[in-house]
Amino acid sequence: MKTPSTVAEVADIIRSSKKVLAVGAQTKPRLSQVPDEVTLISMRNLSGIVEYDPGEFTFTAFAGTPLREIVATLAAQGQYLPFDPPLVESGATIGGTVAAGLSGPGRFRYGGLRDFILAVRFLDGNGTQLRGGAKVVKNAAGFDIPKFLVGSLGSFGVLTEVTFKVFPRPPAMMTFAIPCANAAEAAAHIAKAASGRWAFDALDYDGSRILARLRGPQAALDLLAADVLDCWPAAEGVDNVVWDGIREWQFVGADGLLVKIPVTLRKFPALEAILQARNMGFHVVGGSVAYAYHPNVSYSDILNEALVGISLSGLNLRGFGGRLYFGESHHSAVAKSLKLAFDPCHRLGA
Amino acid sequence: MSLSRFAQIFPPERLLTSAAHLSAYESDALTAFHSRPVAVVVPESGDEVIAAVRLCRELGMPFVARGSGTSLSGGSLPVAGGIVIALNRLNRILKLDATERIAVVEPGVVNTQVTLAAQPFGLHYAPDPSSQTICTIGGNVAFNSGGAHCLKYGMTSNHVLGIKAVLATGEVVEFGGESRESIGPDYTGLFVGSEGLFGIALEITLQLLPRAECFHTVLAGYRTLEEAGDAVSAVVASGLLPGALEIMDALAIQAAEAAVQSGYPRGCEAVLIVELEGPREKVAAERPALDALLAASKPIESRVAANAAERAKIWKGRKSAFSAVGRLSPDFIVQDGVVPRQRLGEALRRISEMSREAGIRVANVFHAGDGNLHPLILYDGRESGALERAEELAGRILKMCVAMGGSLTGEHGIGVEKRAYLPDMFSADEIALMHRIRAAFDPLGIANPGKMFPGGDAPALVQHGLHPLEKSGVISRE
Ligand SMILES: Cc1cc2nc3c(=O)[nH]c(=O)nc-3n(C[C@H](O)[C@H](O)[C@H](O)COP(=O)(O)OP(=O)(O)OC[C@H]3O[C@@H](n4cnc5c(N)ncnc54)[C@H](O)[C@@H]3O)c2cc1C
Ligand SMILES: Cc1cc2nc3c(=O)[nH]c(=O)nc-3n(C[C@H](O)[C@H](O)[C@H](O)COP(=O)(O)OP(=O)(O)OC[C@H]3O[C@@H](n4cnc5c(N)ncnc54)[C@H](O)[C@@H]3O)c2cc1C
Repeated sequence: MKTPSTVAEVADIIRSSKKVLAVGAQTKPRLSQVPDEVTLISMRNLSGIVEYDPGEFTFTAFAGTPLREIVATLAAQGQYLPFDPPLVESGATIGGTVAAGLSGPGRFRYGGLRDFILAVRFLDGNGTQLRGGAKVVKNAAGFDIPKFLVGSLGSFGVLTEVTFKVFPRPPAMMTFAIPCANAAEAAAHIAKAASGRWAFDALDYDGSRILARLRGPQAALDLLAADVLDCWPAAEGVDNVVWDGIREWQFVGADGLLVKIPVTLRKFPALEAILQARNMGFHVVGGSVAYAYHPNVSYSDILNEALVGISLSGLNLRGFGGRLYFGESHHSAVAKSLKLAFDPCHRLGA
Repeated sequence: MSLSRFAQIFPPERLLTSAAHLSAYESDALTAFHSRPVAVVVPESGDEVIAAVRLCRELGMPFVARGSGTSLSGGSLPVAGGIVIALNRLNRILKLDATERIAVVEPGVVNTQVTLAAQPFGLHYAPDPSSQTICTIGGNVAFNSGGAHCLKYGMTSNHVLGIKAVLATGEVVEFGGESRESIGPDYTGLFVGSEGLFGIALEITLQLLPRAECFHTVLAGYRTLEEAGDAVSAVVASGLLPGALEIMDALAIQAAEAAVQSGYPRGCEAVLIVELEGPREKVAAERPALDALLAASKPIESRVAANAAERAKIWKGRKSAFSAVGRLSPDFIVQDGVVPRQRLGEALRRISEMSREAGIRVANVFHAGDGNLHPLILYDGRESGALERAEELAGRILKMCVAMGGSLTGEHGIGVEKRAYLPDMFSADEIALMHRIRAAFDPLGIANPGKMFPGGDAPALVQHGLHPLEKSGVISRE
């Protein structure tokens, strides 16, 4: 593992290595699992917030900056990243979060990480320093490279600096639990809540209940709560701390299998059926992405077959040793050509 | 000749080649540029689009996709020697799923049609460019179009979940899908904003949002632009997140009033529109804070929309501003640069200095919350050299935006108009990467060539006149 402290050093490592993979804190161990010939580049010394002006609703940070530092700095100014990046306390970096393409429960209301990233600095496979996007909240000039790199897992560029849009942090939060017998019932509740007037901020399903969150001024939440309880008589208030465990993925141990599976409400029951049949746990964010887990990584192959059967795909975040991609795979000729555009010598990525 | 090959795909009434037909497609809404294509084809199905693109590829013939031709940057300007693929007849909403809150549409569907279809379910499609009653989703996707609600809800890209497209290679791809999440690099995000340089979007999956229950729309008039700008800063600093924060200057107000009589306060140098939206309890809780800080900003007059009709009237003035400016001047160009929001005041002061120096009137309408300027540069194309002088002023404004750390364009795209300025914003290495990306989608360079990248043939300029579609009565500016 190399630990460069300047962008120029990162460029040198890229140019002088056969294959490289940038890593942050390796909180998503499967994503930094590599064969022996791949040189890992730890980005941890390229850390720190470069620019932050609360009046602009933007900040820029080096890729190795821990989310914890960013979240705290924004909070001190009454701002936040509305998509709730995961693993803040576990040490995840902003660069790793971008490259892994991860958002938390708050993605439901205003969109995910892809909807808040504005600009990037990165190195391509030749070690050339490049920028994409612009450091302002709105921009349509040039191709949207920042969005493209979201979820690119280090194989299209080594991120060195990222710029995000932020929002004012609502003053208060309130959480309700709505019990559900199964996924079909949960999907119906989510559909109703998501198209109603309440402007829920998050709607998660943990296998037995919906966790619904409102944010805003306390006075408004007190009034809205009465209406929520009218509309969902089985609902009850729960402590907001429930979100801390979800954010840190505490539903499974760090060495278990944890697979991200994009889903829709209509496919929800089928997904629940295959997971339950295999004794796997799951947590669903906003009705649109499931995190399926099992303490035993060897479940990886069983899950793969099952996902193919219901035309879903998945990405293994934590199951070290298990397969990386699951289920239905998509191949296109243009994806291969694009890889060459960013990395002609195939140096980047696991 | 190659047209006979197109005749095998398209019947004569959908393969336009006569001068009379072609003239309606010579320009987009940047009317100073015009160029006549060899032919216009009018597909009625995705398969016909695919066949046309594959034929273009075989013949090495350039093609330009066209929605409603409302591009303000020359994006849908035809390419000499090439064809135009007009997509207006691909206007079906293929699916509207209220449970998933998505719509799957063909590219020729007009922006407002999506919201109209979604309304019965309490849903809407958020991006709302002022041209929304005419422009198409395909054009919105190509330009990552914005509107008045971008600060809170983002641009087109933030609402596109999936795209089926035929690339310039002839390959048909499906990026993204019906889920709001995905894994792997974000190909959908890359396609949005590609200005027609990658291929043609055939089916687009859009997310729909619940319509806000309640709006609190305030119109405030100020003695100076600076005071209006200060009010915006105060709103931003307050921790409120308004759905919209828009400013118009005196010239833009005058034009809008003459056109649509929105009843904007008289004697103001600037009006500010601020809108809170959400559940009624939330709007009620936030309203006192907004009202107090607006009162402290000392407007000449401030007015709250009492009902939906009054709100619509306020917005009508704002949304008609571009076309209304047409009443003040025979010709104008619209710029679209972005500056860091806190430098808006400085940017506006410099624009007004540059306008005075050049002796050219500039009206300003802008998305103040986003720092997205829309200087409307007025000129009379019948005066010799007037267009060139207007373009020079436009160029100075763009360079200023980039120098302030902003962008050449917030929502109208680079197109033909701003391509010479791309190197002001991106390095040679960065532009080289964009060329390589383009080549991955379009190795022959046949999809909308001559746009976005500097260089290439300069299209012909017309000094003066209406949009060809206006001349032919297809669209009007109101
Ligand atoms: C116990 C512990 C101690 C720590 N101590 C420190 C410390 O002392 N100092 C410190 O700064 N941090 C420290 N960290 C944080 C840690 O180094 C980073 O949080 C971590 O590497 C961030 O990576 P991640 O977990 O977000 O993503 P990872 O799981 O490392 O990576 C996710 C994916 O993103 C890719 N990727 C990651 N970064 C980039 C990039 N920049 N460009 C392109 N692709 C990228 C990876 O290749 C991988 O595919 C610690 C963390 C823990 C758990
Ligand atoms: C009065 C007025 C007000 C406006 N207000 C706004 C505003 O508030 N915000 C804003 O962002 N814009 C605004 N615009 C600009 C314009 O309306 C938008 O850029 C719009 O998205 C263009 O849509 P269109 O259907 O007219 O596309 P066209 O002009 O026909 O095409 C635009 C570009 O899209 C490409 N294209 C079209 N369809 C496809 C497809 N299916 N696949 C791939 N590429 C395609 C074309 O090749 C071209 O490059 C305004 C324009 C006018 C005239």
